[in-house]
Amino acid sequence: MADKKLQIAIYWGAACGGCDVSILDTNEFILDVDALCDVRLWPLAADGKYKDVEAMADGELDVTIMHGAVRNSENEHMAKLLRQKSKIFVAYGSCAYMGGIPGLANLVPREEIFARAYLDNPSIEPGNRTVPLSETTVNGHDLEIPKFYDRVYKLDQVVDVDYYVPGCPPQPDQCKAAILALVGALTGTAEAPPKGAVVGAFDRALCDDCQRTKTEKKIKRFYRPWQIMQDPDTCLMEQGILCAGSATRSGCGVRCPNSGIPCRGCYGPAPNVLDQGAKLLSAVSSIIDSKDPQEIDQILEGLPDFTSFANRYGVPASLLQRSHRQ
Amino acid sequence: MTFEPKIVGFLCNWCSYTGADLAGTSRIHYAANVRIIRVMCSARIDPTFVLKALHDGADGVLICGCHPGDCHYSEGNYKMMRRYPLLKALLADYGIEKDRVRLEWVSASEGQRFADIVNDMTERVRALGPSSIKTALATDMAER
Amino acid sequence: MTRKISIDPITRLEGHGKIEIFLDDSGAVEDTFFQIPELRGFERFVVGRPIEELPRIVTRICGVCPASHHMASAKAVDGCFGGEVAPLAHKLRDMYYQAHFIHSHIAHFYALAAPDFVLGPDADPTIRNVLGVVHKVGLEIGGAVIASRGKAQEIQRIIGGRNTQDIWCLPGGVAKGLKPEELEQIKPWVDELFDFTQFSIQLFKDVVLANPTYVELIVNGPYTLDVHNMGLVDESNAPNFYDGKVRVVDFEGKEICKYAPDEYADFVAEHVEEWSYLKFPYLKKRGWKGFVEGIDSSIYCATPLARLNVADHMATPKAQEAFEEMFATLGGHPCRALLANHWARLVEMVQNAETLKTYCADPEITGDQFRVIPEKVTGEGVGIVEAMRGTLTHHYTCDANAICTSANLIVGTTNNNGPIQMVTKKVAQSLIKPGVEPDQGILNMIEMAFRAFDPCYSCATHSLPGQMPLEVRVHRGGDVTHHFKRQC
Ligand code: SF4
Ligand code: SF4
Ligand code: SF4
Ligand code: FES
Repeated sequence: MADKKLQIAIYWGAACGGCDVSILDTNEFILDVDALCDVRLWPLAADGKYKDVEAMADGELDVTIMHGAVRNSENEHMAKLLRQKSKIFVAYGSCAYMGGIPGLANLVPREEIFARAYLDNPSIEPGNRTVPLSETTVNGHDLEIPKFYDRVYKLDQVVDVDYYVPGCPPQPDQCKAAILALVGALTGTAEAPPKGAVVGAFDRALCDDCQRTKTEKKIKRFYRPWQIMQDPDTCLMEQGILCAGSATRSGCGVRCPNSGIPCRGCYGPAPNVLDQGAKLLSAVSSIIDSKDPQEIDQILEGLPDFTSFANRYGVPASLLQRSHRQ
Repeated sequence: MTFEPKIVGFLCNWCSYTGADLAGTSRIHYAANVRIIRVMCSARIDPTFVLKALHDGADGVLICGCHPGDCHYSEGNYKMMRRYPLLKALLADYGIEKDRVRLEWVSASEGQRFADIVNDMTERVRALGPSSIKTALATDMAER
Repeated sequence: MTRKISIDPITRLEGHGKIEIFLDDSGAVEDTFFQIPELRGFERFVVGRPIEELPRIVTRICGVCPASHHMASAKAVDGCFGGEVAPLAHKLRDMYYQAHFIHSHIAHFYALAAPDFVLGPDADPTIRNVLGVVHKVGLEIGGAVIASRGKAQEIQRIIGGRNTQDIWCLPGGVAKGLKPEELEQIKPWVDELFDFTQFSIQLFKDVVLANPTYVELIVNGPYTLDVHNMGLVDESNAPNFYDGKVRVVDFEGKEICKYAPDEYADFVAEHVEEWSYLKFPYLKKRGWKGFVEGIDSSIYCATPLARLNVADHMATPKAQEAFEEMFATLGGHPCRALLANHWARLVEMVQNAETLKTYCADPEITGDQFRVIPEKVTGEGVGIVEAMRGTLTHHYTCDANAICTSANLIVGTTNNNGPIQMVTKKVAQSLIKPGVEPDQGILNMIEMAFRAFDPCYSCATHSLPGQMPLEVRVHRGGDVTHHFKRQC
């Protein structure tokens, strides 16, 4: 072990906190990290200050692990600042890697979000017409709240990212593996992964690790998860239940299918897949047993709202990135 | 200056490309807006190709394959047939106007039909105006 | 010249919160605003989605209490299908949820509350954090904390397939049952967790109650509010976290109302201010009266303490003992001392552990009737559970094809938005006076106001640390005369 401890920062953008919990979920390993590293900024457990970060020399931090997407100027500012101060910058979790669930907001107009929250809603104060404003004056006091970007960005649309750790959140053992890989690279005990690599996951699709039996069976109808008692041994797709396993990178331990629940793709696109949704689209169409356009439409009625499955964890990472409705 | 749409055409080698070729050799006049990309079979047209074309600035995407039953690889065009409704739904949810992407079956002898499709699609896309996707994404990043 | 102090916690409630304090010429506090600058938009972007997908989407509202959202959502979705749920599924969900509570309460108590009490409210901020606590109490106890929280998480994973970002609930039940061998794996951990709750109560007594300064701070400090209490209770008015009716009791102990989940819109409404993205819920029948205390106020708290305040008793014996001891020490039931929330959390944890034990001993728990297939879509449902930080309401409607047509969420922290606004002002007014220069110490006391009021607030803002990251600026005639900035 090198004499000098590694300097690390763990920070969040627009995140839910689940990624922090996934780091906590490595349990005793946290103490190892503490022994190995100086945690210079981690809102969870350490006492770093923003101005300390500003005062750091460029590259003073060995690693920044950032989770959460970018949806306002502060997220962007901190991402850029930490990038500048860090040798290695890691996008941790689906939000950072692909935009995550909050990225679904890229499919709806911002004004509708406001209307739903403040005007048209069963528990709003009767007759309310007030909506929040970014600048207001109350009793002569000027008040501001930040303006938010119109859409959600994944981290590498804003800063240069060296490595990605997928998952919503990453599973703790993979979190451990990813941290160990980085520590190995920094201390010279292991070869550094190539820039842009996905760490803490495997180079194969989830289906490759799923134990359920696949028989190339085709289907005449789709079932929504509540419409059928699934058989625990057969591929969910072949039972007519949409499962994103073939479009998704393996790494989670096949958690959802092993619990009788279809995969929704939180580990991001399988290796060499440019757009997870397009890949899932191909997989879904190839399982349909019909050559008749009308019958195909009928079968697809059992699968409403395909779009929200296509890029469930990464509308910002899809080729189209957001709705283009004028 | 009138707007000249850029349309990417993915044509299967065996029927549709030959059909387009026939239109050319028969000197059938049709709009020069389609950049043709030849693929071995319509089954080869991954939905990713269509999204990538739109992402890279295409104003429209035309997909052509052999008529059902006539695919050189016997079943390939049924794959495309099954993908198309989902692709349309996806594009609609991303706010892409429906006339920008089109699937047609064109045989080797249908030179005229190919020309008509291209002309019709070119007019429809022209009416829609340029696709804003590429510029919108660039502006998002720049202005944020 | 008016001075403005900005306390800008660099953290997020799916975003973040900040406080603006305005001083008049004399240096006294004229007004304060606790602002939540972000809006999530979940209520809009879940529309159009298949309704059964919502329980696995809305968990991303908060990754610290995802199971709360998962459960409330699952119950609202059950409602959209007519409400029939396999009885075993209710048991399993409740069992799972107890473990979630324990995980979360351990994290909050030891990472949030403990630094202030174990190390002291005026300890050096650089050590006033969870690692500082570990160093002070010893690595052995620190290890026990880590291990216990880990076990609570693992219990959820075994029962429901995943912990953080839950996937398990389906309309009519759950996706998988509990196998006998899985139950055997869980049992010893449950016993250990129970012991750990007893240990934690003892620790609280040794460290906090044995110190008269702390007791004085809890009972007589500025951290009290005359507002009402809300919490979910069972038929006997014992706290229930997963199911029951919402009971509202005033600060003198009189019941104001009690409502079933699907009646929520008759009892609770949300007020909007231009200066915050977060709404201010209030008791609808009383009408919005502003940020005022008093017996006629329409403001209520929904916190661990509020839950114990609305309860007549606890549901399990050891928890009942702890409940009685707590209120006896605090001068009776109900209690308005907001710092007592830390204690209330531990009392709840005892009930969680005892309930888990009961389920472990239930011979039916490993059964296989864990889901029924819904037969009809009825189109509307409301699900209410207690999240760690307060009553959580999800209300959905869907069309005949079970596609979501609307969603309304009142999350735990939102309930407390009004009280937080009020207590912040109250504490600021009591601490910042003419001639008293705001400094780090005052900053921390203000911070303790809302942390004490509802430490889970930090959870909502994604900040598990001992203190919220703050930025304070003192403006004097356009010049910045003081500038404190602290990231955690
Ligand atoms: S990736 Fe998932 S767990 Fe992590 S911050 Fe985003 S929503 Fe939360
Ligand atoms: S589609 Fe899903 S269930 Fe089927 S093999 Fe792949 S991961 Fe397993
Ligand atoms: S099965 Fe799919 S959705 Fe579930 S954890 Fe794994 S990658 Fe994520
Ligand atoms: S070869 Fe023309 S579609 Fe298959």
